[in-house]
Amino acid sequence: MDARRTYTAYLFLAPALLLLGVFTFYPVVFGTALSLFEYNVISPPRYVGMANFSQLWSDRYFWIALENSVKYLAVVPVLQFCSIVLALWVRRPVRGIAWFRAAYYLPVVTSIVVVGLLWRWLLDESGLVNYVLLRLGLIGAPIHWLTNPSIALYAVMFVTLWKGLGYYMVIYLAGLGAIPVEYEEAASLDGAGPLTRLWHVTIPLLRPSVLLASTLSAIAALRVFEEVYVMTGGGPVYSTYTLFYYMFDQAFGALHLGYAAAIGVALAVITILLSIVNFRLLRQGGLSYY
Amino acid sequence: MVTVFPFVWLLATSLRASGTIFAFPPVLIPHPPTLANFVGVWNTMPLGRFFANTVYITAVGIGLTLAVSALAGYPLARMRFPGRDAIFYAIIASLMLPQHVGLILNFVTLMRLRLIDTYAAVYLPSAASIFGIFLLRQAYLVIPQELEDAARIDGASEGRLFLQVMLPLVAPALATLAIVEFTGYWNAFLWPLIVLKSPDRYPLGVGLLYLSGQFATNTRYIAAGAVLMTVPVIAVFLALQRYFLRGIMLGAVK
Repeated sequence: MDARRTYTAYLFLAPALLLLGVFTFYPVVFGTALSLFEYNVISPPRYVGMANFSQLWSDRYFWIALENSVKYLAVVPVLQFCSIVLALWVRRPVRGIAWFRAAYYLPVVTSIVVVGLLWRWLLDESGLVNYVLLRLGLIGAPIHWLTNPSIALYAVMFVTLWKGLGYYMVIYLAGLGAIPVEYEEAASLDGAGPLTRLWHVTIPLLRPSVLLASTLSAIAALRVFEEVYVMTGGGPVYSTYTLFYYMFDQAFGALHLGYAAAIGVALAVITILLSIVNFRLLRQGGLSYY
Repeated sequence: MVTVFPFVWLLATSLRASGTIFAFPPVLIPHPPTLANFVGVWNTMPLGRFFANTVYITAVGIGLTLAVSALAGYPLARMRFPGRDAIFYAIIASLMLPQHVGLILNFVTLMRLRLIDTYAAVYLPSAASIFGIFLLRQAYLVIPQELEDAARIDGASEGRLFLQVMLPLVAPALATLAIVEFTGYWNAFLWPLIVLKSPDRYPLGVGLLYLSGQFATNTRYIAAGAVLMTVPVIAVFLALQRYFLRGIMLGAVK
């Protein structure tokens, strides 16, 4: 009976295990190992040890890409802050607030290609954004959002922010919903005004959500690729070239698969380090705070 | 507001009869609005083909993911067998792994299987969704043991038990999963970009970008294409918001 039970269980699990094995476990493990080889698909892989990594160390494109990816992290605190504000804003029991929630979530479910193309048009020199800013007198001449190397990265970061707001808003809504209302009530009974309540009660209790959301956001920021690919193609002058983009180019453009894997490993290491830092910074908080 | 307005602009652009989208001052409400761009992008540009590809990939992808998750979640939740916990924790642990390194090797695997430039290359790697397995396992866990016992007493075999008792009971979870996966497959961009080579296999995401490169001056057509790509997802989202948001929250809480 037991053997039959086990057999049935594994039968059910078989498709998942097969697919996960082939497309999730194997690639990550051996993909990491690939960084120790030179492989261009045509000839068999050749073991080169740490050569890829030492080449990476003296590769200026790697450092440019790394710098851009690290700069991209700046989008995380801004995004989290705006999402928290948004979550607090749409919690009010106002009629029709559900429509607002849906509206903020629209960019999240839209394809990154549509979002990228849309903003590429809006941020064009002769696009709508410049038009509005000029008409409002906020700028004197059209800004080259995507063609000025000092601005382009931040323009793309803005698009990432715009697209991500709704997603993190939902996470914070869930977090806010988990805070027992007694804490806030107790605080206002003690005479605390809304802002004091917010700062001393709600936000500290929200820490687990902030930890979760900021970690997800940071990982995504380091790994950004699609919006850059659609909007600027890595330019101008590599100012929006990120680590993932470099990996992509090396793997599927230049077919230096081993080298690309090394870039991928570097990115993974940085991501893990960042997650650890993030975790330690935001570890306390939540209900255990009290 | 800020989030909706760009979409309104996109829609307005796709309805304009002539002129570039960079008119100064920009036209908000087209006089007269026309559907010519939609017709044009569907017929003269292969958007119809891209749309069909996307529908196919999404349908097969969702079907596969639902099947795999429904099958895998069941024993993990309701059976005891050697290796169960190990497998479950391994699956959870794989969430921690940096996935992007795997992209390269998945490409190589598909190449070796001669599946590059096929639809299967697009949906196969994502068919085993950890989120899906987790979600379905949760759903199976809360089914009362009495129901299962009653069915067994009535003499149901494992197969019938699964198909006629368990599956219907986890239907809401399947629906949630389907909706989350729908967005993922429909909007897929990076992976199809990597594994597809012929433009007539492109789904909408890759196809739109390809068109915007090929036909850089005909931006109204591309705008119409963008609207066509977005409308189904928005429609599904608005109609089924509840499931959507629940799916995201479940995914985040993990």
